[in-house]
Amino acid sequence: MGVQILMPALSPTMTEGKLSRWLKKEGDEVKSGDVIAEIETDKATMEVEAVDEGKLTKILVPEGTEGVSVNSPIAELDGGGDTPSQGAAPGQDTAAPQQPAPPAAASHKVGEVAKQAEDHAAVAERGAQRGEGAAKAGEAAAAPEKDWGPTKPITVREALRDAMALEMRRDKDVFLMGEEVAQYQGAYKISQGLLDEFGPRRVIDTPITEHGFTGMAVGAAMTGLRPIVEYMTFNFSMQAIDQIINSAAKTLYMSGGQLGCPIVFRGPNGAAARVAAQHSQCYASWYAHVPGLKVVAPWSSADAKGLLRAAIRDPNPVIVLENEILYGHTFECPTADDFILPIGKAKIERPGKDVTIVAYSIAVTWAMQAAEALAKEGIEAEVINLRSIRPLDSETIAASVKKTNRLVTVEEGWPYANIGTEVAMQVIEAAFDWLDAPPVRVCGKDVPMPYAANLEKLALPTQPEIIEAVKRVTYK
Amino acid sequence: MAERIPLSLHVPEPAVRPGGRPDFQYLSIPQAGAVRRPPVDVPAHEIHDLAYSIIRVLNREGEAVGPWDPGLDAEAVKAGLRAMLKTRAFDARMMMAQRQGKTSFYMPSTGEEAVACGFQTALEKGDMNFPTYRQQGLLIAQDWPLVDMMCQVFSNERDRLMGRQLPVLYSAKEAGFFSVSGNLTTQFVQAVGWAMASAISGDTRIAAAWVGEGSTAESDFHAALVFASVYRPPVILNVVNNQWAISAFQGIAGGESATFAARAHGYGIPSLRVDGNDFLAVHAASSWAAERARRNLGATLIEWVTYRAGAHSTSDDPSRYRPKEESDAWPLGDPIERLKNHLIALGAWSEERHTQLRAEIEDEVLAAAREAEGYGTLHDGPKPSSAAMFEGVYKEMPRHLREQRQELGV
Repeated sequence: MGVQILMPALSPTMTEGKLSRWLKKEGDEVKSGDVIAEIETDKATMEVEAVDEGKLTKILVPEGTEGVSVNSPIAELDGGGDTPSQGAAPGQDTAAPQQPAPPAAASHKVGEVAKQAEDHAAVAERGAQRGEGAAKAGEAAAAPEKDWGPTKPITVREALRDAMALEMRRDKDVFLMGEEVAQYQGAYKISQGLLDEFGPRRVIDTPITEHGFTGMAVGAAMTGLRPIVEYMTFNFSMQAIDQIINSAAKTLYMSGGQLGCPIVFRGPNGAAARVAAQHSQCYASWYAHVPGLKVVAPWSSADAKGLLRAAIRDPNPVIVLENEILYGHTFECPTADDFILPIGKAKIERPGKDVTIVAYSIAVTWAMQAAEALAKEGIEAEVINLRSIRPLDSETIAASVKKTNRLVTVEEGWPYANIGTEVAMQVIEAAFDWLDAPPVRVCGKDVPMPYAANLEKLALPTQPEIIEAVKRVTYK
Repeated sequence: MAERIPLSLHVPEPAVRPGGRPDFQYLSIPQAGAVRRPPVDVPAHEIHDLAYSIIRVLNREGEAVGPWDPGLDAEAVKAGLRAMLKTRAFDARMMMAQRQGKTSFYMPSTGEEAVACGFQTALEKGDMNFPTYRQQGLLIAQDWPLVDMMCQVFSNERDRLMGRQLPVLYSAKEAGFFSVSGNLTTQFVQAVGWAMASAISGDTRIAAAWVGEGSTAESDFHAALVFASVYRPPVILNVVNNQWAISAFQGIAGGESATFAARAHGYGIPSLRVDGNDFLAVHAASSWAAERARRNLGATLIEWVTYRAGAHSTSDDPSRYRPKEESDAWPLGDPIERLKNHLIALGAWSEERHTQLRAEIEDEVLAAAREAEGYGTLHDGPKPSSAAMFEGVYKEMPRHLREQRQELGV
């Protein structure tokens, strides 16, 4: 029986890729470790090494095919045995007892993360469409946002790139700097094509020192340029936090208004997948605490494009908290050249009357999924996508709570002094008499993020936790 | 007023990009044996030339030559060869495990094995390394159990870090292997602090700090040199210059303007620049620096000139930013091949015995992988305990964490 070669995953967040080239053809003998094909994701090009040995009997996916799902069969190998390709290399396998686990079960588990991510995207898009339709029908408490006309589906990654390219074309003072942003086009491929278009003076690879390049960018901003600083992850911005807080945020104030700091600090924030304690923190609370800073956290492609453009034009330092898992997700986004979103305005993604769920970044996906599930039980949740963490759109939140009388906040950050705490307090100040239940915060567990998949899942908020919180405030 | 020319920014570019012919002309390599060996109590300013040369022992014929020849006997050389072969086989097996979905991430040290394996020979029990993510050889060279390392990479029920830490970021206190931090250079300055503590308490133990050439740009690197200069603690400051920090070539970190060894000059710290692919030179230079530390003569900085033959990690594809043939064109060769040739030149080895040893080691590594996989891998088999997720946040578990754990029912 033949052995199937499966599309490998290059990272925990990869769901599909392009099979760009076969380096072996049908009939070729393949040894363990041989490079048999090249695959391409939005992050990188990689060589696929054979795990098993044998004759390549059939190529199931021709070269040039895009969107090949991880773990789908791409070729068949006549291995002369029945070892699944996910097992160890043969030859070595003969010396050991056969693994009892059937290949299907093994590959299903590997694919689980990817599938979950797809589900998120699908639910989010359905929800977004419904929410927008309903908002137009006038069901939402807040005024519907400006109609920007035609839209097209793009990924959050493309939206961020487009926002930077548009603003760099518009204003020659805007430039991008950070580790790996130029030649490598960004650790997460956000700056694709920017070096080619704008050259090495405006897309700058820096030495590895967040403290150093942040300080340099702050200096450039005070001189009148408009730097965009990319952090490979916001976790690394901690090195530079003195420059961000003590200089970028305060110099306009301390200099008596003489020196402003029009600068954007952006990069992936929060947990991705399997990157553990030092690379999975949410910085929303940290930066939102600081006067002088603005903080936005886009969820959809439209959020990403509209908010990043606004951040680049803003005369103040703006922190743009992105999310690695959302980078590859596709959402409808307005195509209008002048599309931009105001900082400080939340969006009702899904109207409802029974409970207000306030979320930001990837937690909006979880909130939308929970709202779908709750709708089946007859509970209509209103989901507010904060978009902007500071300033906070307290009016939209309070208006919603005055309608639903109940509040649940959802975020991946830690419980202590998180954004939900601030939202709940502002609601208590503005709409205490309308509350029919104490607000409930759903958030990450109060532990550093563990690495192992099972523990990571436990540490993050889950859909059942959101549903349980909603039932608690609605006394269901 | 004098006419001024418009200013322009210098952005360093590597000599060659993918598609071009590998070019290492920027590297000036002296003959093996050509660099002098000063006494260990030499003042820093008398050896500035050593930061601009490369200490080498093995020549093209596989002979050990010159004043840095440590005169290791065949058994010691064999032990070094074995450690390097084991490190390479371990890396290959773990790279494959990542492709098979048994772990999410791995970082090989291929081509750089001599640096860690050779360095460890200069340390004694109780000394402490503060490694980066590419010094697995420090553990393997002291025969640390491979199964233990693999369990960490697989994040399974036997993982001594309880599923909490990224693969490769090992922590083995008893092996003198400090818990690796995922954030660059944070531990370079901690190593200096550890060494200062050893001196303050009148201990005899020494520390070793590790950093890549790219991370010397970090403020922590410079802070470490300041403290190492002021208090002269017993520490060896290792800079592994493998030419590439992911896609950023060494020029982005300042390698065009001065060698990384020369960074020490402004601080008055004695500094050596060494062929990192020459096991004997690594052993000799490490021993020289360790002796300085043990004799209370203070810190030494060593730049190890080597080449990252593999990818930065399993998430990297080097063919996008450097020629594929660059690794083969690396002028300092492969550390394993060079030591093998030396052992053959000593008359203590042969190609046949080498092939046989490699097969034995591959079997050993495979057997270890089989055992470790039996304790679980990333997605299959036994997992780290869920209840343990709440332990170790504080020394004693506070009430609210106990409650969170109970709410989860774990």
